[in-house]
Amino acid sequence: MASIDYPLEHPKAEALTPEFSFSESLYKWVATVDHKRLGLMYVVSALVFLVIAGIMASVIRMQLAFPLNHVVGPDTFNRLFTMHGTTMVFLVGMPMVAGFSVYLIPLMIGTRDMAFPRLNAFGFWIFLLGGCLLYFSYIGGGGLSGDGSAPDVGWFAYAPLTEKAFSRGAATDYWALGVLLSGVGSIVTALNVIATTFCMRCPGMTLSRMPMFVWVMLIDAWLVLVALPPLSAAQIMLELDRHLGANFFDTQAGGSAVLWQHLFWIFGHPEVYILIFPAFAILSEVIPVFSRKPLFGRPAMVGAVTAIGFISLGVWAHHMFAIGMTSWSNTFFAASSMLVGVPTGIKIFNWTATMYGGKLRMQTPLLFCIAFLLQFLVAGLTGIMLAVAPFDWQLHDSYFVVAHFHFTLVGGLVFGLFAGMYYWFPKVSGKMLDEKLGKWHFWLFCIGFNMTFLTLHFAGFLGMPRRIYTYYPGRGWDAINLIASLGVIPQAAGILCFVWNIIRSSLRGIPAGDDPWDAWTLEWATTSPPPEYNFEKLPVVRSSRPLWDLKHPQDPDWKYE
Amino acid sequence: MAQDNVIAADALQMEREWKLPDRGTIGVIFLIITETALFTMFVAADLIYIGKSLTGPYPKDVLEMPIIATVCLLSSSGTIVFAEHALRRNDLGKFKIWWLVTILLGLYFLYATGAEWHKLIYEDHLTIATNLFGTTFYSLVGLHASHVVVGMTFLLIVFITTIFGFPIQTQERRVKFLSWYWHFFDWVWVIVFTVVYILPLKVF
Ligand SMILES: [Cu+2]
Repeated sequence: MASIDYPLEHPKAEALTPEFSFSESLYKWVATVDHKRLGLMYVVSALVFLVIAGIMASVIRMQLAFPLNHVVGPDTFNRLFTMHGTTMVFLVGMPMVAGFSVYLIPLMIGTRDMAFPRLNAFGFWIFLLGGCLLYFSYIGGGGLSGDGSAPDVGWFAYAPLTEKAFSRGAATDYWALGVLLSGVGSIVTALNVIATTFCMRCPGMTLSRMPMFVWVMLIDAWLVLVALPPLSAAQIMLELDRHLGANFFDTQAGGSAVLWQHLFWIFGHPEVYILIFPAFAILSEVIPVFSRKPLFGRPAMVGAVTAIGFISLGVWAHHMFAIGMTSWSNTFFAASSMLVGVPTGIKIFNWTATMYGGKLRMQTPLLFCIAFLLQFLVAGLTGIMLAVAPFDWQLHDSYFVVAHFHFTLVGGLVFGLFAGMYYWFPKVSGKMLDEKLGKWHFWLFCIGFNMTFLTLHFAGFLGMPRRIYTYYPGRGWDAINLIASLGVIPQAAGILCFVWNIIRSSLRGIPAGDDPWDAWTLEWATTSPPPEYNFEKLPVVRSSRPLWDLKHPQDPDWKYE
Repeated sequence: MAQDNVIAADALQMEREWKLPDRGTIGVIFLIITETALFTMFVAADLIYIGKSLTGPYPKDVLEMPIIATVCLLSSSGTIVFAEHALRRNDLGKFKIWWLVTILLGLYFLYATGAEWHKLIYEDHLTIATNLFGTTFYSLVGLHASHVVVGMTFLLIVFITTIFGFPIQTQERRVKFLSWYWHFFDWVWVIVFTVVYILPLKVF
């Protein structure tokens, strides 16, 4: 599609980027405070960690492919699932949240940078330091006593297993401090996102005209601000216990291991929403553009996402039904967990209604969105099942739970992120991603994902517990585990297609132009890639689809708002 | 065409009238919210563990209410407001005096905390490792005191640069944010005081 005739003049990007030597351009990246460079660095480091965590998951599935298998021993297996979980949540999910936010929000609200550009750079580097600290545990985790290497306490690091008496060496400290530092990065980035959306919007962009993406990421930042400190508090307490001999989680001195679970899940449940929100945000942009219709029920979407931002703070103990709470607590947390399903249902309904009767363009971004809708629906329904306390008692700590949260975080979040990457790659690089490779990526990944995780629901029904490193034959789990492990192959092939697609397209993809998808939000009004200052003159908007207004002066949106 | 002109004029009007909150204000407000979340968790742990220590010393044996320190810290919330008012009236002399009073009150509070800890550790042999009371006492009071130290550092930076002739009246906005931060930790102290001293000594 030809670039549209946007009245704001912008010089061509080539004219502004002279050639730099390697060390000069390295310096430009390391010392940058530009939100676009920082956003890209977030997403690229998240992708690197995604590949590392994916390799760990592949080894886990190799070990579990056959009963009594011996690919890795039990100790290594514990380290693998700990590092896989911690990496996926804190070093893939969180930097993706940050990366998509800081790259896109200033462009979408028509401004030149974040509210606090240097704080933005600080957030990225402290996150990366935290990630490196966590992985340094493979070398330094032996500590002075020489016990073990990487942490092996699970991503939830339940006390008292993490206490000095049971986890010697320094691995658990690397876990606590690495995650604490990357958490500081997330908190300051969230602060920055909130200040940016409140204080930096271009003239005319009232809150009610703000793109849905920005709305969702605003509430996401709110959740980060209130939900990450409980984890930081728990980690500070843990370090006080381990190094100064405090007794927070020391049951022998009257401390409570359940306190850790409460603090962890006060963080942990909102964290689930923190991680899935970027996918919600991406779908709310991609589905309308690829259905050629405005988002259905915009106010309801804002209401739903805001409701989630508050209700999700009060459901955490549904992770703790098995510890023996009072029946009042069980009832309360079961009810509140089901309540949070209502706004989520509203969102799924609205995305579907947006597609209904639309002129669907079945390109890769929309394919990932459709798969998201179906898979996330399954994840939501199994979530409601697990919110029923007696049902949870039956399937707690089984592979049903593993399948459930992988449906939310892979079938939901990762599919959403892929949709977003296919959608915004042309803006970021100025080149289109190859559609054919994209379809291969989608189908391989979708089939492989369902081979692995759809089947694992049944392993859970048949009683297979989580976190076991092997099992005896003849319990009905053999075939299921083999299929689940074979599913790794198409998933890995899909990822290879994606990586190859990125490399090939950035070298010799078709030039994208400013607005390849004929979209409606402000990031498509500037060049691809955008110049350092984003917009030469800040735009003025009158509706939630400013580019529609420009392209259709006879029938602009603001006439109906 | 006529309609285009109307739109262009309209855009100018919108640009002129467009007002958004100050980014520093929003930043400090949400910084305080996230700090509140952190403190809430430590306060909750404290409340859960009141009276749960298995061995002594217990609060009733060793704790004394730090009344004077509390009065000092809370009144520093007032003196910093006077300093701000003086700055707004461009009265640098008064500003320096009230700012110095604020610093001294804060320093006395920190000194009192240090003296209290010294007594508890060396005379009563209560450390963070002794029992749950020690664990919660030192972590919550310490968390608060470390934030006061951060605030004190900024207060001192403002004071010293002003004495050496830095035109602090150009930084009225930042002084305002510093005073919000200071107020916040004064009022956090009220909660810490209630949880650490009043509840174990007077209620339980
Ligand atoms: Cu949950």
